Amino acid sequence: MADEFLRLENLVKAFGANTVVKGANLAFNRGEFISLLGPSGCGKTTILRMVAGFERPTSGNILVEGKDVTPLAPNQRKIGMVFQAYALFPNMNVEDNVAFGLKIAGMPIEQRRARVEEMLKLIGLAGFGKRFPFEMSGGQQQRVALARALAPKPSMLLLDEPLSALDAKIRVSLRQEIRSIQRELGITTIFVTHDQEEALSISDRIVVMNAGNVEQFGTPFEIYNRPATRFAATFVGTLNTLDAKVLDTTAKTVSVDGQVFTLSKLPGGAINNAALSLTMRPEAVSLGKPNGQDVVLEGKVSEVHFLGSVIRLKINLGANSLSLDTFNDQRTPPPALNEMVKVSLSSSDILILD
Amino acid sequence: MKSGKFWSWVIFALGVIYFIGPLIATIQFSLSIRRDGYSLDAYRNVFVTPAFQQSFSFSLLIGVAAIVVGLLIVVPAAYFVRLRAPQLRPIIEFITLLPLIIPPIILVFGYIRLYSSTSFLPLTTTSFGTDVLLILAYVALALPYMYRAVDTGLRTIDVQTLTEAASIMGANTLTILMQVIFPNILVAVLSGAFLTLAIVIGEFTIASLLNVQVFGVYMQNVGANRAFEPAALAVISFIITWAAMGMIQLLARFAPRNAVRTD
Amino acid sequence: MSNNTGTLATNDATPALAGVASPKGPLSGIASIRWGDYLGVAPFLIFAILFLIVPTLFLIIGAFQAPDGSFTLQNIYDLGTPQILSSFWISIRVSAASAFLGSLLGLAIALAIIRGRLPQTIRSTVLTFSGVASNFAGIPLAFAFIATLGRLGIMTALFKFVGIDIYRAGFNILSFWGLTLTYCYFQIPLMILIIAPAIDGLKKEWNEAAATLGATNTQFWRYIGLPVLWPNLLGTLSLLFANAFGAIATAYALTGSSLNIVPILLYAQIRGDVLNNPGLGAALALGMIVITALANVLYLVIRTRAERWLK
Repeated sequence: MADEFLRLENLVKAFGANTVVKGANLAFNRGEFISLLGPSGCGKTTILRMVAGFERPTSGNILVEGKDVTPLAPNQRKIGMVFQAYALFPNMNVEDNVAFGLKIAGMPIEQRRARVEEMLKLIGLAGFGKRFPFEMSGGQQQRVALARALAPKPSMLLLDEPLSALDAKIRVSLRQEIRSIQRELGITTIFVTHDQEEALSISDRIVVMNAGNVEQFGTPFEIYNRPATRFAATFVGTLNTLDAKVLDTTAKTVSVDGQVFTLSKLPGGAINNAALSLTMRPEAVSLGKPNGQDVVLEGKVSEVHFLGSVIRLKINLGANSLSLDTFNDQRTPPPALNEMVKVSLSSSDILILD
Repeated sequence: MKSGKFWSWVIFALGVIYFIGPLIATIQFSLSIRRDGYSLDAYRNVFVTPAFQQSFSFSLLIGVAAIVVGLLIVVPAAYFVRLRAPQLRPIIEFITLLPLIIPPIILVFGYIRLYSSTSFLPLTTTSFGTDVLLILAYVALALPYMYRAVDTGLRTIDVQTLTEAASIMGANTLTILMQVIFPNILVAVLSGAFLTLAIVIGEFTIASLLNVQVFGVYMQNVGANRAFEPAALAVISFIITWAAMGMIQLLARFAPRNAVRTD
Repeated sequence: MSNNTGTLATNDATPALAGVASPKGPLSGIASIRWGDYLGVAPFLIFAILFLIVPTLFLIIGAFQAPDGSFTLQNIYDLGTPQILSSFWISIRVSAASAFLGSLLGLAIALAIIRGRLPQTIRSTVLTFSGVASNFAGIPLAFAFIATLGRLGIMTALFKFVGIDIYRAGFNILSFWGLTLTYCYFQIPLMILIIAPAIDGLKKEWNEAAATLGATNTQFWRYIGLPVLWPNLLGTLSLLFANAFGAIATAYALTGSSLNIVPILLYAQIRGDVLNNPGLGAALALGMIVITALANVLYLVIRTRAERWLK
């Protein structure tokens, strides 16, 4: 059984008439890397700040290892936090910044020095001890911020969009670094981001949020392939949507732009001639004759984007169009514009969302 | 932190007492010339005095003159520095710091020594010359504020593009300055003008050493001789300074917003 | 035809020359300005030279001149008399006292309105008020304080009403402390105006980061808040000192010559050579310039260094 570390029970936060978090119920295990993913204003940062103690929940509880920490002040909770704006103390050099938590805790100076050295080595900035924040790049500052947060061996690590202020290349390398340090230390981590690629690539589980509600909580694989709501499906990855019409509920046949095929299942209240929204991921659709797939459609190539190893095509079925990705084949050139092609997919890959 | 908020209110309250107290006290004092109740007699006494009327109107005149001269100096300079000679900016900015560093008494002492009867520009020998010297001294005092106001105004309206547009249509520099630039920085100019006025109206040291009968000198005279009238004068002075500053705040609301292209 | 080519050639050559030939250095840019640009800035520069720079230099040089025009240090030596030295000492004390009080109280008020969780309107009102009050020195200010705390002042009467006779207890508005108290009326607002942006610059995230690392509010101020503000505080202290040192009108109307600060002495000297030594006036002026310039430069230097820190 996984070891539960953090539990949020019926967490609600309202600012006046505006309810920003509408009842979150989540449990995270020890050592897990959790991302809170969603657009601006969805409540993810508010949840993080409630866990940190900077916001008091309007109602609900926060339990760490079974104990209710909700009444505790932030400086009593033993958490490490990394901010979007680095927040390194400008009047202190790197060493003093990293040692700050240890100094407050009363650690003697020799031990502090050793620990700081250990942390600087961990983040790959050994020898930077005497530098000041204004002398360092954004990526370096953020790594120091990470070291500072981890130095006092907190029980939890909270990161509030730590990569948003950095260049794209650094973002990718730093997120990997954060993940490997987290794995090495085994510390329970909550990572807030609006970038779904970030969340997918480094998280153990993701909480997808929208407008104060938890849309889905699961592993990256689950969220991408079995999205529970339309929001989760569209926010994470790209999604094809086809407008279909139900032909026969018994035979489970539908029609899309005149082409008829059978679904593996229909939603409960479906009636004949009802409209239905069918969705599927681009990689579920393949070009050409079926390779074990049961649905074949025909359409005209309307767009061809040769991206190198990947070719992105848009196929026009009539009123609907399908986006599909296919790998470059050195022997076969991509289809030409306006060419009529067949596309295949499995009916089990079709998601019907409301 | 509850205690933090309490102390903040205490400090604020003490601040209010210290800063508003004297204002109220002065107003009350100025109304207390009659033993048997409040009256505006002190103000009446002041307003009917020819010395008041003369010195006050003279101060206004000097103020206007200082504003005009100040603008004539500052606007072209700010314009050219921004547009064609940005390398002069450090020198100009240094110069605008000087009036803040040199105490006014030193400045006027320098004038008296330099422009005395034996110098190349004997301004102190004639009454008119002394008045000119006074105006120039006030221009110097107001220079930092005037320059900053005009410079900010120019920055906001994207002077470069306006100038290019105007010159393509055939305008020469003077026309551009007067008909295109100036009207567009009017708000900034007025700010600088009001600030100059506030500085000039109450000024004492320079005028007194140059022996010019301005409002500040008159006030000091009254202070030495009367009891309640000085308070009335102080109130009048407050009102004028506050009105001038108030105008500047008001003007800030009408200031043009940033042009599309910024530096 | 040949004329056109000639003009073209000159037009092309000048930018190239300007780009290639001018050496690096502070004045190198000036060589490439067209004379027309000078015309616009000329009035400003001429004014600055004639009515700012030269008069001051003239005084400074005059401090080293004997009546016959020769170089001498006698005037400087003459500053060493007890009367003049005590005048400088009083000035330094008044300026220091009002600078310290102004800094401390200004800091307290600024912290209260910005971080004290008071309503936003209070913050903007106080800042606007400070903008006006910081310019509010001079004769009217003296009158106002006399009307408030003079022997017949309203607040004096109020104190008497509740049974406290402040004048019997030794207070007098026409004194060292009276003048210091009056100076605070423009020193405190000046401090508020200058320190407010610095306090704003104390990012909320620093508080939060310190809290997650276990620090109390007091520890935050001790290790981060005050150290970050410290250069600004010192610098502004210096500025306030210079501000008070050069002020005269308020003192003139309040304490007159009963409190012989340097500007008052200088004033009397300019008016009528009370010191019976014409060269001494310039020397006094030199002393004032040196002190205020040093204090101002200190302020500017500290400010620039602090800004670099906080980038």
